[in-house]
Amino acid sequence: MSVICVQWSWCVAGDRRIGKLREKTAMIEFDRISEGDSLSEVVKGPVDRVQLALFAGASGDHNPIHLDDEQAAAAGLPGIIVHDMLNMAFLGQLLSQWAGPARVRNFSNRFGAMAFPGDIITCRGLVTGKREEGSERLIDLEIEAINQNGETLLSGKASVAAN
Amino acid sequence: MWNTDLIGKSYPPFTAEVEKGRIAFFARAIGEDAEIYFDEAAAKQAGYRSIPAPLTFPYSIAMDARQSFLPLDDMAIDITRCVHGEQAFAYHGDICAGDIITGVQTITDMYEKKGGALKFIVTEIQLRNQDDVHVCDLRTVVVVRGG
Repeated sequence: MSVICVQWSWCVAGDRRIGKLREKTAMIEFDRISEGDSLSEVVKGPVDRVQLALFAGASGDHNPIHLDDEQAAAAGLPGIIVHDMLNMAFLGQLLSQWAGPARVRNFSNRFGAMAFPGDIITCRGLVTGKREEGSERLIDLEIEAINQNGETLLSGKASVAAN
Repeated sequence: MWNTDLIGKSYPPFTAEVEKGRIAFFARAIGEDAEIYFDEAAAKQAGYRSIPAPLTFPYSIAMDARQSFLPLDDMAIDITRCVHGEQAFAYHGDICAGDIITGVQTITDMYEKKGGALKFIVTEIQLRNQDDVHVCDLRTVVVVRGG
């Protein structure tokens, strides 16, 4: 079964049994989280061309530099590159797999190095602060995505509402 | 041509329905496996009104409405000279399948660095749902290379 999954990048994603239920009411316990805590890493990839084609269709970003080597070369690139917003979607999963999508209040990043087919992308998060804003208690995070060579693809910040 | 008079310009509103099938397709494409993105019953059981949008999905709502091209079209800037510099989301409410989202994009800043070799266009998009609830803000920085 795992051999089949290697050939079909969407196979693992389609197997819902391995996914956790991201409860809207997930418990993110403010008092039990400390500055310096880190989130469980999310490792994605290797990103393949099929995934880039799927993401082009699913996201609405049809820029040929993500799909066609000739057009990527004409734009001065060594070959097709991974969509920036696919990398950001990976980083989003770091947050949503921890807290569910409904608890995230802010999520931002700068885009750094480009990613290419074959890259393995690791998403990490670190708690940098805790604060109250209005009626909410927020956890502040520094987040980043790096490739297999340790180059930074994305770096940014997020805030997540805790209980 | 580069035209800082465009700072403050808002584009006509755009509207889109958030579709279940599109969210499932998006989730599969990003390798997301949580049931809440594929199964409405699971989403409701987890406390959502319906299938929730993944965190970066609002960018695709705007992309479908060609919002990122509008400022470039206004200045005849070739998209192949553009790089996505920064992206930010502020979430004020949830976006779920079935919602009708209306957005308005505004150019909030334009500036140059390195003597004009790099130009920056900052846009913000405010998204509201069918009940006029302000659900999300997007802020995008596009970097334009070369004169």
